[in-house]
Amino acid sequence: MRDQISIRLAGQLGQFDLKVDFAAPMHGITALFGPSGCGKTTILRSVAGLNRIPGEIRVGGETWQNERLFLPTHKRPIGYVFQEPSLFPHLSVRQNLTYGARRTKAKHAIHFDDVVELLGLAHLIDRWPTHLSGGERQRVSIGRALLSQPRLLLMDEPLSALDRMAKDEILPYFEALHSSLKIPILLVTHDISEVERLADHLVLLKSGRVQASGRLSDVLTAPDSPLATRSDFAAVLPGLVDRIDPDGIAVVKVGETEIYLLADSLSPGDSVRVRIAAGDVSIARLRAQDSSILNAVPVRVLGIEPMGVSETGLLLGLPDGAGQFRARISRRSTARLNLQEGDKVIAQIKSVSLLANR
Amino acid sequence: MGELWSPIRLTLELASITTVLLMIVGTPIAWWLAWSSWRGKEIVASIIALPLVLPPTVLGFYLLIALGPNGLGGWFGDLAGVRTFAFTFEGLVFGSVIYSLPFAVQPIRNSFEAMGKRPLEVAATLRASPWDRFVSVAVPLALPGLLTGAVLGFAHTVGEFGVILMIGGNIPGETKVLSIAIYDFVETLRWREAHILSAGMLVFSFAVILSVSLLARRARNRVPA
Repeated sequence: MRDQISIRLAGQLGQFDLKVDFAAPMHGITALFGPSGCGKTTILRSVAGLNRIPGEIRVGGETWQNERLFLPTHKRPIGYVFQEPSLFPHLSVRQNLTYGARRTKAKHAIHFDDVVELLGLAHLIDRWPTHLSGGERQRVSIGRALLSQPRLLLMDEPLSALDRMAKDEILPYFEALHSSLKIPILLVTHDISEVERLADHLVLLKSGRVQASGRLSDVLTAPDSPLATRSDFAAVLPGLVDRIDPDGIAVVKVGETEIYLLADSLSPGDSVRVRIAAGDVSIARLRAQDSSILNAVPVRVLGIEPMGVSETGLLLGLPDGAGQFRARISRRSTARLNLQEGDKVIAQIKSVSLLANR
Repeated sequence: MGELWSPIRLTLELASITTVLLMIVGTPIAWWLAWSSWRGKEIVASIIALPLVLPPTVLGFYLLIALGPNGLGGWFGDLAGVRTFAFTFEGLVFGSVIYSLPFAVQPIRNSFEAMGKRPLEVAATLRASPWDRFVSVAVPLALPGLLTGAVLGFAHTVGEFGVILMIGGNIPGETKVLSIAIYDFVETLRWREAHILSAGMLVFSFAVILSVSLLARRARNRVPA
């Protein structure tokens, strides 16, 4: 239990009824995902001690809340990034960054200069918050949270208040954060693309209840996953760049299966995650010889279920259990190919996108 | 000149002590009124605001009874070895704090409410204890409101007349403040002295209103982060 975050809460907050019980690992990014009003922010605020809902919260072997104990917010070793940057307007960027650092008694393992470098803040350091763009402010607020030396980073839709450009500007910093720091992150989001791009673990929430929880790829492809029926469903597979062919195609290995990607700025040995949307996968009995489709991989049909009136959802498994993804094809095609569970078929993937450079 | 200086000095003393007490008493009250979720808090707010509408003579009458030998004043007076707090400088300070309290509490409460809870929550997640949050975040962010409250409380105490007449009387060097002195000079047809003090009050009042509106403008110009 030392290496996990366990959260059990049951109670009311105003009209809202919350009843959850789940665990997240003490490493990587765990996304709390669900529609607005599902309770994800309430859970995050409870972990921070900003809300008080009866239950038990344990983080890495320490109890922050139970029946007898409620640690006040300022005694919890957290970093909290709010949806709006919420910088102190009366303090400079430097003073904002060091506000938490000056007050923490924990050993300073995260250094000022490193955070400034990681988040690209060097040129902002002597400015005032009112003179920063939205993306810059949010980067400062992330830096401020990191410098308070948290054991757990809590992020409440840190990207949703930003426009597309600011989001694209800040996402690489998130990935840098993820790969260079060993701090577990609880990330609240309602944006599935953020989950696909950033999360390692996923907690699906709806109306104050946990629908599913576990490793991202497991939750995404679980047969009964509530996400499977979404029209924009996509699977995320972890892979390793094997080589770059002379014509510029990157060959990524997911288990023993080779996936071909059009992507520059990769080099052999890179860890990546590839995204395969269910709508981009078609099925063939035989490998097509005269097709422009780059990726045609042998898979086994693990599950077939109807989707709506005219479509079928297929759960497909790579050889040796290296990963699973989904296909959405017409019911007519399913009948014509006479697809059955256990069949070995070829999955033609029209486009594979690269999500993150880990 | 002593006849002119004594009331001025007394008034400034009274207003300064009252302002300090107003800040000490008014800030926690304003804090509580801003953040409490208790439903009855507006009743408390109304009681504090009463001096805004109550005729000063009515307030003065009740204060006189309260400060007198049969009221709280007599009870505390026993401890201090005096018979009553009515017609004393200490009595004036007490009355002034009650009378000017709404002028200090209202702007402070407004500035706390305008600041919102978020900055305090942020500070809490950055390890700041409740007192630390108050000093390092709430006070700087609510500073325009605190200054406005102090200036208004000070100015209002300087301009007090009815309440003072009721509970303080007209004892030179003890309770004879500016407004009473002016009234006294006019009654005894000493126009020159009345002119000097009144013109001084006029300039002072103008300076106060100007500084409060400048403070308010500074507060408005503060762009939220």
